[in-house]
Amino acid sequence: MTTIELSHVSRWYGNVVAINDITMSIGPGVTGLLGPNGAGKSTLLHLAAGFLPPSRGELTVDGRPSWHNPGIYRAVGLVPERDSVYAFLTGEAFVRATAQLQRLPDPAAATRRAIGIVEMADAKDRRISTYSKGMRQRIKVAAALVHDPAVLLLDEPFNGMDPRQRLHMMDLLHRLGEQGRTILFSSHILEEVERLSGTIQVIVAGRLAASGDFRAIRRLMTSRPHVFVVRTSDDRRLGAALIGRPAVTGVEVTGRGLQVRASDYGAFSRELAVLAKDQGIRLRELLPADESLESVFAYLVET
Amino acid sequence: MSGVQGRVVAALTLRATMGRKRAFLFAIPPLVLVLVTVALRLAHPERAAWPVDILGVFGLSVVLPLTALIIGTSVLGAEIDDGSIVHLLATPVSRPLVIGVKYAVAAVLTMVFVAVPELLAGLIATGGATKLAVGLFAGALAGSLMYNAVFVMISALTTRAIAVGLLYALIWEGVLANLVPGARLLSIGQYSLGIANSIAHNAGLNAALSLSTAVVMGLLVTAAALVIAARRLASFSLKGEPA
Repeated sequence: MTTIELSHVSRWYGNVVAINDITMSIGPGVTGLLGPNGAGKSTLLHLAAGFLPPSRGELTVDGRPSWHNPGIYRAVGLVPERDSVYAFLTGEAFVRATAQLQRLPDPAAATRRAIGIVEMADAKDRRISTYSKGMRQRIKVAAALVHDPAVLLLDEPFNGMDPRQRLHMMDLLHRLGEQGRTILFSSHILEEVERLSGTIQVIVAGRLAASGDFRAIRRLMTSRPHVFVVRTSDDRRLGAALIGRPAVTGVEVTGRGLQVRASDYGAFSRELAVLAKDQGIRLRELLPADESLESVFAYLVET
Repeated sequence: MSGVQGRVVAALTLRATMGRKRAFLFAIPPLVLVLVTVALRLAHPERAAWPVDILGVFGLSVVLPLTALIIGTSVLGAEIDDGSIVHLLATPVSRPLVIGVKYAVAAVLTMVFVAVPELLAGLIATGGATKLAVGLFAGALAGSLMYNAVFVMISALTTRAIAVGLLYALIWEGVLANLVPGARLLSIGQYSLGIANSIAHNAGLNAALSLSTAVVMGLLVTAAALVIAARRLASFSLKGEPA
């Protein structure tokens, strides 16, 4: 059983803090690292992969520090985000080169097996420069898997993939996780993480904002206060009526309509139309004002 | 043993370096050197002072450092620039081995693209295996070994390796080493000239250093550069969020 352990890990660049005092333990199975762009997901993966030293704290993979320790790559496979491979090689030559750099006893068999896992056998003799984005991603995964590592780290593996490639990659990661490997991947898209991983780590602005079972975090996300902008035939009268409802915690009259803060998303959406009808007010527009992922994350940080 | 790893690193380096259009760049200066030599030889069949100028000044002091600069910064720098080095470093391959193999590839390529044409030009210019031709060949071989160590180190230290290397070759070796005598002690161009002159014994080369000084300093600089490069590569890090 291989785990990635972070103990009070911080990483900063000059005055900019990228990772702020994160403590977590990632065990076998698929774990999603979720957060908005710039939250520090890549930094965390680079730290785990031994391509960045922590400024403070301790990070170990399988009990050994990953920085300055190339030996860990016998147990770790890394799929970097950047689409930079030796594009002049064929897919097979690239995977085989990795197998040889790993000094595997039978590089040819390991190469065949890894290419089989990612289902790239048909394209293995083509140069990587002719591959689509999704194929490149898969051949990178094959190279990272060629030595049968216990830990697989993937930085934004679904970026730029079409839906079919995405499903295929999700299925692959799911299977690898079920085999008992420790899989850690980053994503800024909620749905990707939701479909794939039971456990997630949410990172916002370098901090660990939420951690644990996905369903619990999902509930936290949907039950947060929502802000809506409502435009009606009589904003003030509707506002006065709304503030009397328990599901509403705040109303503000603004130039572009009523800004309503609802503590209970479900109750508010059921009551709004009834209330407007009773008052004889026409609803012209109803817009969620804070549906961006950033505001969801911001809420998680506050709680 | 790490023989397999070494072969893979060498093959990847060679293909990445020679496969680029840059490889044509390597071939142009030596080609110019040989062509100019042939032209001068036809124009001045009699023995004259020009072989020292063209082979010593142009060959050893311009073609050698510039070609070594392009090759030496390509073997490691190109992979760092485009990020493909990560795939190499995310394996247990030893970092000193990576530096050693890449350095060896660069040195051999420089010998093929500079030292061999320099010998060829020397044979044509002086009409045979003269002391000048052999001396310059030796200087070019030694220079290939020394320059590449420094340029591989520079590309491990900075992403602007070509600019920094060019500054070193032009400003330090080209200007300062000519004006400030002390700077010659830290000039690979002078080490190469010193080694060449120990065989050629030609005042036209303007060699300032003795053979022993040139060899000792050359060895020190080469070894130090490779050690620094290997240490730097062991601390290779990826920047945080891509912009």
